[in-house]
Amino acid sequence: MDWIFFGEISLAGLAMGGLYSLIALGFVIIYKATRVINFAIGEIMMFAAYLFLAFAGGMELSAWIALPLAVIGGSLLGGVIEKTMIRPMLGESPISVVMVTIGIASILVGLVEFIWTADPQLLPSFLPREPVFIGPLYLAPKIAYGFLIGAALLIIYLLYFRFSRGGVALRATASDQAAAYSMGINVRRVFNMAWVFGSLAASLAGVLVAATGGLSPQFGIIGLSVLVVVIVGGLDSILGALIAGVFIGWLETVAGAYLGGEYRMPATFLVLAVILVIRPYGLFGTHEIERV
Amino acid sequence: MRIGDAKQSYEADEAIWTTSTQKLWFGFFLLVLLVFPFMADSYLLYLGCLVGIAVISTTGLNILTGFTGLISLGQAGFMGVGAYTVAWLSVNTGLPFPVTLVLAGLMAAAVGILVGLPSLRVKGLYLAIATLAASVFLHFIFAEWESVTGGMGGLSLEPAHLFGWSFQSDFMMYFIIVPLAVLMVLAAANVFRTRIGRAFIAIRDRDISAEILGIDLLRYKLMSFALSSFYAGVAGGLFAYFYRVVTPESFPLSMSIFYLAAVIVGGMGNLLGGILGAAFMTLVPEALKLLTAALTPFYPNAPVFMSPMLEIIFGALIVGFLIFEPHGLAEMWHRIRRFFRLWPFKN
Repeated sequence: MDWIFFGEISLAGLAMGGLYSLIALGFVIIYKATRVINFAIGEIMMFAAYLFLAFAGGMELSAWIALPLAVIGGSLLGGVIEKTMIRPMLGESPISVVMVTIGIASILVGLVEFIWTADPQLLPSFLPREPVFIGPLYLAPKIAYGFLIGAALLIIYLLYFRFSRGGVALRATASDQAAAYSMGINVRRVFNMAWVFGSLAASLAGVLVAATGGLSPQFGIIGLSVLVVVIVGGLDSILGALIAGVFIGWLETVAGAYLGGEYRMPATFLVLAVILVIRPYGLFGTHEIERV
Repeated sequence: MRIGDAKQSYEADEAIWTTSTQKLWFGFFLLVLLVFPFMADSYLLYLGCLVGIAVISTTGLNILTGFTGLISLGQAGFMGVGAYTVAWLSVNTGLPFPVTLVLAGLMAAAVGILVGLPSLRVKGLYLAIATLAASVFLHFIFAEWESVTGGMGGLSLEPAHLFGWSFQSDFMMYFIIVPLAVLMVLAAANVFRTRIGRAFIAIRDRDISAEILGIDLLRYKLMSFALSSFYAGVAGGLFAYFYRVVTPESFPLSMSIFYLAAVIVGGMGNLLGGILGAAFMTLVPEALKLLTAALTPFYPNAPVFMSPMLEIIFGALIVGFLIFEPHGLAEMWHRIRRFFRLWPFKN
């Protein structure tokens, strides 16, 4: 066995997994606050990446201006989706709400094809190009710097939720809506903020992932990998999202490198199936007790 | 205004046709279905066959999702199992189509039971993800088990045959697909007049209460999975005979979502809704194609925008129906019927 090769593949996988963790964090924020499983998260990522393409490629803005603009655009999109399409579904069965997000995903794919056509696109490169070496191991610079930017946002988020007023309001709403409401927390605004923050994380990850692998209207398929991550980690666990994100990213890359690309999805879904059988609520998720 | 239909027994209340008017209309509908292929051109025949296949599969998914409350993202995978069973049997054994279709249904039902096994432990969205995992594995098997499935190239098969007849044209296929669709929908309607069907509905409404009432949850959930995948398998088998080529790409995840959308647009937990939804969702893209063809002389770019428009309309239909008409097309149908029934006394 070639340990250098294994190390490099693992490193690339772990870095990719870091971005998965970021997306999964966005997913978990939305789920914790509003109990909505967001199947459209991959498409929100895609939309933000196309916005970046429009700002940086079409309007020829500097990438460091285009990146925040695209991320803001993506998070606004999340807020608008929540206000117009998710809010009216409050109190409906979870199946219906999930189907709404699937519908939203389809609308977003259509919109992107409408505006930017269905052809694959390349994002203008904006990350440094010097190769990165960690010890003897080479890591592609795009992946390395993408990981660093993603990790920075992740840490900001964790600190924000721990210490700020908004973060506390969000956690209070997640643990008990009625109590939070009676303590004067504007629950409706928290719902909206959760979608904005969740989409923000997804948007940044979307631009970073698209910068390494290219962009097309099928980009949203990455949402399936994120779904695996959050189910394995536990739908309502931030810690679970972080750990499972890194693990699934690593597994996917290693399976792809050693067994071939067609084994990537089955490998991760196999882990998913095993987890569902052993711990149906995920590694770190809350075990809900049902009463009649 | 309908009068004089006071029901005197429980059987009368549970009957599929409660009035003779309904029987009359149903007979008329069957007559239309029978005459249709002799009047229609090849395009309409093609559409008729497509709708028939979609009705069977949607009815199957409706049993599972609409009546038992178990959401499934694996319907396309089960259809694939049925289609590959038919294709393999047709290539390797040359059995006539009634045998292959039944075997396709049974094969899909067996896979459905296997997929349904986790349904006792996980439910709701976790179950949806489990069925999604199943469809990923099935797609992988279709693509990689080359000695049986032919790999990415797939399998091509001969036309369906019985007693020396060969069902090659759409015209001939219509006489397999549509009677089967009518038969299978009627069978489903009858299931819900029995203990089994009512157990499904009890599980949907509250599974823990159903268990306390003495319903064996695992058994009935698996039964629902088996029945639903049997329908999917038969629909997949018909799909194989209709297109006469089966590849792994014939049954993508988007197809599972299509059938879920058909159930929702039609009306969950309503057999009539399933039929309306399947027909509506199949015909909308065709209507859009006709519209595009009509617009092309004026806007040469129209064909370019057709596929994105289709995606947007598909999504907007799902979102719109769920927000504004959660009970689907079936509810609209009932509203129209109510209008005529109460006429002229209401307004």
